[in-house]
Amino acid sequence: MTDVTLTTTPASEPARSKSLLEIDERTKKRNAAETRFKFYGIGAIGIGVFFLVALLVSILSNGLSAFTQTSISLPVPLVQSEIEAAEKSIVKTSKYRDIIGAVLIEKLKTAGVSTDMDSKKLLQIMSSGAPGALREFVLANPDAIGTTVPFDFLTSSRVDGYFKGRVTRAALAEDKNLDSAHLDIVDQLKEQGSVTSGFNWQFIFGSDASDSRPEQAGIGVAMVGSFYMMLVVLCLALPIGVAASIYLEEFAPKNRLTDVIEVNISNLAAVPSIVFGILGLAAFIQFAHLPQSAPLVGGLVLTLMTLPTIIISTRASLQSVPPSIRDAALGIGASKMQSVFHHVLPLAMPGILTGTIIGLAQALGETAPLLLIGMVGFIASEYPSGVFEGFLSPNSAMPAQIYEWAKRADPAFYERAWGGIIILLLFLMTMNIVAIILRRRFERRW
Amino acid sequence: MALSFLLLTILVVAGLAYVLAKSRAFKSAGGDIRLLHSLPGYYGWNGALTVLLPTFLALLLWLAIQPVVVDHTVSGMISAESAAESTLGLVMSDVRRIADGLDLAVQNGVLTAQDASRLNTGSSDIRETLGAVGVALGAEVTAEKLEAAQTYRSATATGFWMRTVLVLLVALGGLAVSYRRTDKDFRARNFVEQVVKGILVFAALLAILTTVGIIFSLIFNTVEFFSLYPAEDFFFGLVWSPSFGGGSELGILPLIWATLYISLIALAVAVPVGLFAAIYLSEYASPTVRAVAKPLLEVLAGIPTIVYGLFALLTVGPLLVDIFGNDGALGVGWMQGGTAVMTAGLVMGIMLIPFVSSLSDDIINAVPQAMRDGSLGLGATHSETVKQVIMPAALPGIVGAILLAASRAIGETMIVVLGAGAAARLSMNPFDAMTTVTAKIVSQLTGDADFASPEALVAFALGMTLFVITLGLNIFALYIVRKYREQYD
Repeated sequence: MTDVTLTTTPASEPARSKSLLEIDERTKKRNAAETRFKFYGIGAIGIGVFFLVALLVSILSNGLSAFTQTSISLPVPLVQSEIEAAEKSIVKTSKYRDIIGAVLIEKLKTAGVSTDMDSKKLLQIMSSGAPGALREFVLANPDAIGTTVPFDFLTSSRVDGYFKGRVTRAALAEDKNLDSAHLDIVDQLKEQGSVTSGFNWQFIFGSDASDSRPEQAGIGVAMVGSFYMMLVVLCLALPIGVAASIYLEEFAPKNRLTDVIEVNISNLAAVPSIVFGILGLAAFIQFAHLPQSAPLVGGLVLTLMTLPTIIISTRASLQSVPPSIRDAALGIGASKMQSVFHHVLPLAMPGILTGTIIGLAQALGETAPLLLIGMVGFIASEYPSGVFEGFLSPNSAMPAQIYEWAKRADPAFYERAWGGIIILLLFLMTMNIVAIILRRRFERRW
Repeated sequence: MALSFLLLTILVVAGLAYVLAKSRAFKSAGGDIRLLHSLPGYYGWNGALTVLLPTFLALLLWLAIQPVVVDHTVSGMISAESAAESTLGLVMSDVRRIADGLDLAVQNGVLTAQDASRLNTGSSDIRETLGAVGVALGAEVTAEKLEAAQTYRSATATGFWMRTVLVLLVALGGLAVSYRRTDKDFRARNFVEQVVKGILVFAALLAILTTVGIIFSLIFNTVEFFSLYPAEDFFFGLVWSPSFGGGSELGILPLIWATLYISLIALAVAVPVGLFAAIYLSEYASPTVRAVAKPLLEVLAGIPTIVYGLFALLTVGPLLVDIFGNDGALGVGWMQGGTAVMTAGLVMGIMLIPFVSSLSDDIINAVPQAMRDGSLGLGATHSETVKQVIMPAALPGIVGAILLAASRAIGETMIVVLGAGAAARLSMNPFDAMTTVTAKIVSQLTGDADFASPEALVAFALGMTLFVITLGLNIFALYIVRKYREQYD
């Protein structure tokens, strides 16, 4: 009986080999398919990792240069009469510009650099913010008048870009802001050590600058805006999220309302972030008349956005506390509320904190809703003067500031945008590492 | 009394209530803690909560109602003809500005309080006075507006006093009630726990409140938009060209087309890569490889979208132009600029890889081991098992994951704002710049648009469309995933 089935091999199939040691055609094909399939998988992971590496390389290679800045050192004699004249004129900084111009020409003369450019043209190698910086110094230190003070002025963004390799001589041919001749001067000054490049503290601690002064733009004020926003998110999202999860996990009866809440939360987690921006605009600004562009409003919007994330992770960590803990507490006479707050919650805390930090990290990088409530770039030029102002006065946030720079036409701002991303990613990385350490250290396995 | 000071007072009263109630409970038990119904702390909390809850409720109600009442009183004073000149809302905002400006002037010492309340349009130039404290007024101050502003000020000032008195009365009442109620037999713990549970329920209801808020904020403004602009032109219009001068054409179809096109490209990148990565990680990879590769892929998910946006704008866009542009490596000249559907789609695909892979990974892992063992035991190779047993079993879940990824792609904003371009266009060429629903929401609502024009309000209609599409996708996806899960439980 079995003989019959064994001998009727369909004619279409390839002949099978007689020996087990010899691999037949069909097995070879199947094995080849197996290998191919496995390589597709490796290839997919390779592609993913490749993209990650490409992303990081492009961030680092474009952004690291934002952390150095070229400056030119000039000893400026602060002559009483000149400064008085400058303070009397209508456009005060223009007189200060003349002072700097004269010093620069003097400097070139002593350095033995010959040029036929006039002071105005020559000053194009310097940042247009230099006169303002000089005036600020004079106003802050009136005692220094009459002495010669060494200054480190920023060079213009194009000179800076030239040393960083962003600006080439060929590209300058069509640029009305700087000539090759300028670069010759700068090259000679650099050889003599008057033009130096150092770490760019102003980028980290400064505020945004106008379109024409990319060399002065910094992310510090936006960082403070982000900080206040995160404070709002932390103070609202953590207690509300934990309270909501405790209710849903420990107390909620199985009924329609609970179902609706749960479906709601999982849907809110997938609502596009820009919709939360629309909600913030309509509810907080249009309806409640809260101030536009305030970190408080940004924080509120981000709170609503991160709540589902925090609730989901908090519920998971509450679930992971074994029921025996609750039973033991109830068994020695604790009320349900006491068993939750005295025993379950402390045990779930590491998991809750981890989830909260990850939620905060998500909120820190979010941009779209902030644009709608007016937290675009170049809003605050100074640090908020107090805690109250920190929450309510218009400010930007780190990702919004990066977006603002990315939109501007000057490539010098692109460098700032990449640099801002490095800072943003450093914050995110720190937060995630803290979350991982918390989880490793305090999480208990039951 | 200023709000912050008032809050501080409430807290002090609450603290007082805590101490008083606790000590009274002790006294009523004659110092013997065993005679108390609850732990002493609960009596204290009972006192504090009886002060805090009604007081905060009263304060919130007052804060919500007072502006409405004041506005109503003041807007009754404005005559029909001045309201007809501009809108009532504009006149009211002028009145508010004048009133705030006068307050500021008094605060800065430019005016004394009496001067400010006696001002009239004949005697002094109010515009100049207010300009001195930094309040710029657009229109000339009429007598009527000034009168309205003065009423506004006095009503607000009275409101402040009434608020303070009311809140303090409620707080002290709460203190008295809790003090009288405190007794060794009072069930303080039960009461406190009820209140805490109420707070927990409220926190959980906030999720519903958020959804309701989203729906209301979208619906009201969308309805207003459709009263200014016909709905059928919006939904079926083929041209998107807003101009704030008027006469804009606001057809959503080009935006929807670009949104779907970009999402399609993104999914074409993310689904195969993510799926194969998930299959490899769950079926082939050794624990070490898995421990390294999985977190590496998930880093991609943790990177903010603004970073991807910049990556699209400054790295991928120029790279694609170098290949497909006019002087590109292929010499085809398909691409005119760095921003294009392809740029945004490609980068969005990278962003979605970890999303697809980690969701599919979970789903593949949920397929029972017995099914693999059965297939392998019959002599199938590993890949045949994956293709013919695991994939069919996991398919509904994977479809759900892809739908979730699609909803992500449709709602993604920063990548398309930076990478896709600004001009709306109906084109088949993936190398053309187009613009999407989300990008247009951003551009219509940023800047100084007033919310009354259809050009700004259209953003809410776009948001509504986006919300409905993504919500539908999410619900459908969750439904599929849930239904599938039940099969193996």
